[in-house]
Amino acid sequence: MRGIILAFKGRLDLCPLYMQEKCYHCGAKCTTSIQIEDKYFCCDGCKMVFQLLDDNGMCQYYDLTNMPGLTAKGVFISDKYNYLDNQAIQDQLIQFKQGDQAHVVFYLPQIHCVSCVWLLENLHKINPGVIQSQTNFEKKEVKIIFQPSLISLKQVVQLLSFVGYEPMIHLGGNDWQKKKKVNKKQLYKIGIAGFCFSNIMMLSFPEYLSDQVTDLGNLRPLFIYLNLFLSLPVLLYSASDFFVSAYTGLRQKWLNIDAPIALAITVTFARSLYEILTQTGAGYLDSMSGIVFFMLIGRWFQDKSYDSFAFDRDYTSFFPLGVTLIKDGKELNQSLNDIIKGDTILVRTGEMIPADAILKEGVALVDYSFVSGENAPIAFEQGALLYAGGVQKGRAIQIEVVKPVGHSYITQLWNSPLLKQAKNATQSFVHPWSQYFTYVLFSIAIITGIYWWIMDTSKILPAVSAVLIVACPCSLLLTVTFTYGNVLRWLGKAKMYCKNASVVEAMEKIDTIVFDKTGTLTNHAASEMVYIGVVLTDLEQSMIRSVTRESLHPLSQMIYQLLTASQVELLKVDHIQNSIAKGTIAAAHGHTIIIGSVKLLLSEGVAVNTDYDHSVVCIAIDGIFKGLYKVNHAYREGMVDMVHQLSTNGYAVHLLSGDHPTESHKLKLQLGTSIPMLFDQSPTDKLHYIQQLQAEGHCVMMVGDGLNDAGALQKSDVGVAVTDQTHLFTPASDAILEGYQVTQLFHLIQYAKKAKRITSIIFILSILYNLVGMYYATQALLSPMVAAILMPISSISIVALAALLSFSYAKAIRG
Amino acid sequence: MSVFIILIITSVLVAGGFLVAFLWSVKSGQMDDDYTPSIRILFEDEIASKK
Repeated sequence: MRGIILAFKGRLDLCPLYMQEKCYHCGAKCTTSIQIEDKYFCCDGCKMVFQLLDDNGMCQYYDLTNMPGLTAKGVFISDKYNYLDNQAIQDQLIQFKQGDQAHVVFYLPQIHCVSCVWLLENLHKINPGVIQSQTNFEKKEVKIIFQPSLISLKQVVQLLSFVGYEPMIHLGGNDWQKKKKVNKKQLYKIGIAGFCFSNIMMLSFPEYLSDQVTDLGNLRPLFIYLNLFLSLPVLLYSASDFFVSAYTGLRQKWLNIDAPIALAITVTFARSLYEILTQTGAGYLDSMSGIVFFMLIGRWFQDKSYDSFAFDRDYTSFFPLGVTLIKDGKELNQSLNDIIKGDTILVRTGEMIPADAILKEGVALVDYSFVSGENAPIAFEQGALLYAGGVQKGRAIQIEVVKPVGHSYITQLWNSPLLKQAKNATQSFVHPWSQYFTYVLFSIAIITGIYWWIMDTSKILPAVSAVLIVACPCSLLLTVTFTYGNVLRWLGKAKMYCKNASVVEAMEKIDTIVFDKTGTLTNHAASEMVYIGVVLTDLEQSMIRSVTRESLHPLSQMIYQLLTASQVELLKVDHIQNSIAKGTIAAAHGHTIIIGSVKLLLSEGVAVNTDYDHSVVCIAIDGIFKGLYKVNHAYREGMVDMVHQLSTNGYAVHLLSGDHPTESHKLKLQLGTSIPMLFDQSPTDKLHYIQQLQAEGHCVMMVGDGLNDAGALQKSDVGVAVTDQTHLFTPASDAILEGYQVTQLFHLIQYAKKAKRITSIIFILSILYNLVGMYYATQALLSPMVAAILMPISSISIVALAALLSFSYAKAIRG
Repeated sequence: MSVFIILIITSVLVAGGFLVAFLWSVKSGQMDDDYTPSIRILFEDEIASKK
């Protein structure tokens, strides 16, 4: 493709005027002369959207951002959303309905700019049935309130699709409400802890200075009891997560980081309560609420994840919500869940085959790239078994379901017992030193206890509890949460979005990296056809372009586009005969031309001289084989360098592919023979391969993209889903990586490894703080003043240092 | 000294008022989206008619 663009640039002056223009709507290159006044469009779809907006006085869309639109790709299928007329499906989607008002939320991954927000929030100008629409840019959601009497749900979806924002409606995706609630609870807890902390701090102030300046007299108990009252919500509500987590950990006989924290909180509170009730002191309630407040903020900072990504998709997210059922010659809209064996389903162009089925009518041209990674669509004739997960590229077909949705070949992967075990279950997500930390802490407490038992028994309790208060691992926890939170953010800026912080931790241990070839090392978008064979004359090229124009086969379309780009003229085709799934025989300009598979040419008596037999289109003119077009997988730029970089730095690199081994020697040439490469791998093969590597003691990172990698991605220690459009389908994974950043993988892993170094550095700092506190605590000298100063200083300096270090280490990936 | 009691009760009540306001804002969904409003505020009512 690059060559073609270069060729274009050289001949710019020769191009027709429209060729120099970019689409006013979407910014794509114009290849046809569609224009309104001085504005050019790349296709009729874009022009229609422009006209619609223009008619409604909505050209502000174009003023906010240059060429903001989304290419109106493909044909607009008016009956694609018929299933939305089904009441059961409507009930599933509509959140709230009262009188003549319905609320619905759609996930629109295409939202990308200011203009998108503007357009989506002004839908009411296009259709008065829409009352209000509100976008959430980060979540890529739009909430639409509409009047069902004026506009049906189906029409709303059609309107959205028409302006380029096709909503993603899937079986499994309505769990967003749960997530929101959890998030709110966290904010409540922080708010309450913050309120109590600041007020307790204020009320404790006289206590810090009580000896020197003022004697509060009978006001003192009021201050202290008010403090006690304010600390109750912190202890009982805000800190509840720590207790719950510590308790669950202990029940599983696992001392997690929350256990010492819960202990410290309890001890601090108990000692404060004791001091207050016996009127011996004011306690350390300020420190306790401060600890809780800072740690809650730390958790919130770390948990603030990427709302618009879904990391836990299973097959249900990939399948459509409804299908068109054919019953007694009529088309019915049916929810996918209600499909049973023996049903006949209509699958239109661009729709997915939802269940394993037998082809009853029509010609299936199925693109399984989603499942197998194989680029070229596969043709099937009547009676063939079609597996679920493929996308129909040809005309509408009718299929008979042989297995219900949940039992199809592709969904079986998710039912594999290998995936049932929860991943990362035992990962501590704290610094390895923290284990020693707990032991050291308890030894110091015991030694202090013994020392004071000998010296002065009345000081045992104050000293031991002071040790536990001061040495609370909160500084350690803050270090870890803020460091990993920052690292996650910087990785996100480098377009690698991790599910959570334990993914970063797991990345540190990786020693083996397994790549899926298609979509990971190759770039789907940059695939192109190349011609191999006898040089074709202009006339022959014209004939090929004219004939391929008539065919819907994606490979034909690619050839057509290739030749269109090189400006080959069109000819009149006299006679054309399509043989299903094989190719085309046509006559033009007095020549016979055969375009199709090797088989077709052989059956027509043409001697074919080639080693290729897959994903190729052969050309024969007047019975003589001329050559063939084949799909050339374009490898990502810098791919070879990256693989070398990884292997020279001690990573074992493996390559798995669902593809045919047609290109294996080419790959071996580029990457070297030391890298294990396996082809023709089924999803289960990949899963077993990962399992085998793990059994050998390796820590495996799997980098893949298709649904066929889903099992392997889940099984691996770190599953990275690569995608060229972040918001389109990605299988369940631990991290999502944008395609063009794959070559940065080495640096990204290195950065994730730095997280450990950062925590170590800050950990030393926090130990220093602990030593100072310990110095006072072991001598039973810890005054509320010392505790009150030490706690915020250590917390704030730790947070600042974590931010600074993770920023400076991010230099290599900031680009 | 008894003025302290009034002052402290007032200060806690004022702070409590802010806490209630915060909790209400979270509950009513004002914290759900902290990005889009910054875009929305830039929209003008009608800057362009037909082009």
